[in-house]
Amino acid sequence: MSEETRFIVESSPQIRHSDTTAGIMWHVSLALVPAGIWGVYVFGVRSLLVILLSIAASAAAEYAAARLMNRKTLSDGSAVLTGLLIGYNMPPLVPLFIPVVASVFAVAVVKWAFGGLGANWMNPALAGRAFVFFSWTSGMNAWKVPSSWAAADSVSSATPLGAVKTGLMDVAGEGGSSLGYLGDIGYSFSAMGEAVSSWFNSAGIAVSPYHADLFFGNIPGSIGEVSAFLLLLGGIYLMHRRIVTWEIPVSYILSFALLIWVFEGTLFSRGLFAGSVFFHVFGGGLILGALFMATDMVTSPITRRGMIIYGIGAGALTFLIRIYGSLPEGVSLAIIIMNIFVPMIDRYVQPKPYGVKKTRGGAS
Amino acid sequence: MNKEFTKGVFKDNPIFVLLLGLCPALGVSGQVVNALGMSAGVLFVMLGSNIFVSLLKNFIPPKARIPSYIVIIASFVTIVQMVMEAFAPELYGSLGVFVPLIVVNCVILGRAEAFASRNTLKNSVLDALGMSLGFALGLTLIALVREVLGAGTITLFPVGGFEGIIRIPLLHQAPARIFSLSAGALLVMGLLKAFFNWYSESRRNLS
Repeated sequence: MSEETRFIVESSPQIRHSDTTAGIMWHVSLALVPAGIWGVYVFGVRSLLVILLSIAASAAAEYAAARLMNRKTLSDGSAVLTGLLIGYNMPPLVPLFIPVVASVFAVAVVKWAFGGLGANWMNPALAGRAFVFFSWTSGMNAWKVPSSWAAADSVSSATPLGAVKTGLMDVAGEGGSSLGYLGDIGYSFSAMGEAVSSWFNSAGIAVSPYHADLFFGNIPGSIGEVSAFLLLLGGIYLMHRRIVTWEIPVSYILSFALLIWVFEGTLFSRGLFAGSVFFHVFGGGLILGALFMATDMVTSPITRRGMIIYGIGAGALTFLIRIYGSLPEGVSLAIIIMNIFVPMIDRYVQPKPYGVKKTRGGAS
Repeated sequence: MNKEFTKGVFKDNPIFVLLLGLCPALGVSGQVVNALGMSAGVLFVMLGSNIFVSLLKNFIPPKARIPSYIVIIASFVTIVQMVMEAFAPELYGSLGVFVPLIVVNCVILGRAEAFASRNTLKNSVLDALGMSLGFALGLTLIALVREVLGAGTITLFPVGGFEGIIRIPLLHQAPARIFSLSAGALLVMGLLKAFFNWYSESRRNLS
């Protein structure tokens, strides 16, 4: 062993951990797989093609961009994860060029234009989704009914959130609730939802088929976002492996749920404290966003307090966009906006170094 | 070619190097025709203001120089505004508030203050021509990228049998509409600036 390798001189951090970038990326991807399999099961093989195309395009863009910079980064797995998340964020009937454009934009412009993994200030997958969402709005609303619906008389259907949003624009809802409204407009449900519902009802707990469908993913929606149940399982796996800490998902979902509970009922003239929390927490991309995209290590704060501020901000913004904005869904935009605040949060929520006394006039 | 003329086109390009005049570069770069119209307006105003500032530089008291420049510039902007409204009402309509805003376009005020007020008439004229050519090139480049990607068209002036709009097949059917929104303007502007920075740096490293 030569002199140089025995004594390595380098700056902090000196504590070693067995986690590697690639290892983390593969664990996150693994945790996402069950929800993806469910998406392919309910929306058909075409959605598998959408996911694979996204992954291939983002890997190709990563290879090309890294090549241009004389680096080799494909093996760190971040591009595959970005592609996977973009595929999960696409509606099942999306025209196939859209996931490709989203992936290339995410990797080449959002990530590599700022210097590659670790230098991007915005979640690449979400930025890719926002880019194509505002470019090809109709293509990004190509929802498909899940194959598990009992009485499906058409191929496409609005998402639960979209259906309620459009319905509320037509008629001023009175006395109802978001979940009840689905029943009013004859929104379809699955045999599975019915079975779960009757099982619970026989045990004396009132559960509508919609509850079960929202939770298990028998609803139209983006390929990977529908199954809240499998996403939660994946999230628990990541928390168990300490890749995701509880602060961001919990503060995000709780703050969002609280705001929904307090204010959402006013849309139906039911006053305060009467919102459909269950519907809004499980009815869209919140679980996928809160567990897998808001927690992206590069674009989230590093301190515990910062993470909670970030989560609460994302929850409040999601609430504002969903309830008072013109779009039915607001998770991706909320997380992107909070990504922009991350450097500021990190700056003002610095932990006090050990042994430093606070002086008047702030930290110096 | 004269150095005072060429510096404005590349080395000191107002949009990509000096970062002046960004408000119209973002605001009216949605269509190529608007960019060209805006460039023509800026050329006229800058030429006029540079000539007058250069001629009057010994008479303008230093303490009141900015208001004096604004008066000169505003007079030329008023001329542009009236001429455009009379002879190109469509262009005037689509440029909207950005025509009167030429008054506070920082390229023009910047050149009056930094160049014309301390240089000869001849050099000031060359400077105005070069700077407005550089501005026109930058603005038209941004507009070209934005319109081609964001609408799939290139809008020019109708001449004879040519209706004035070039449609690009495929892109025209499903354009990436985000480029014609304001987010697209910032995106294109930033990426072009990054590209030119990278390009000039790699050339400097070569030499």
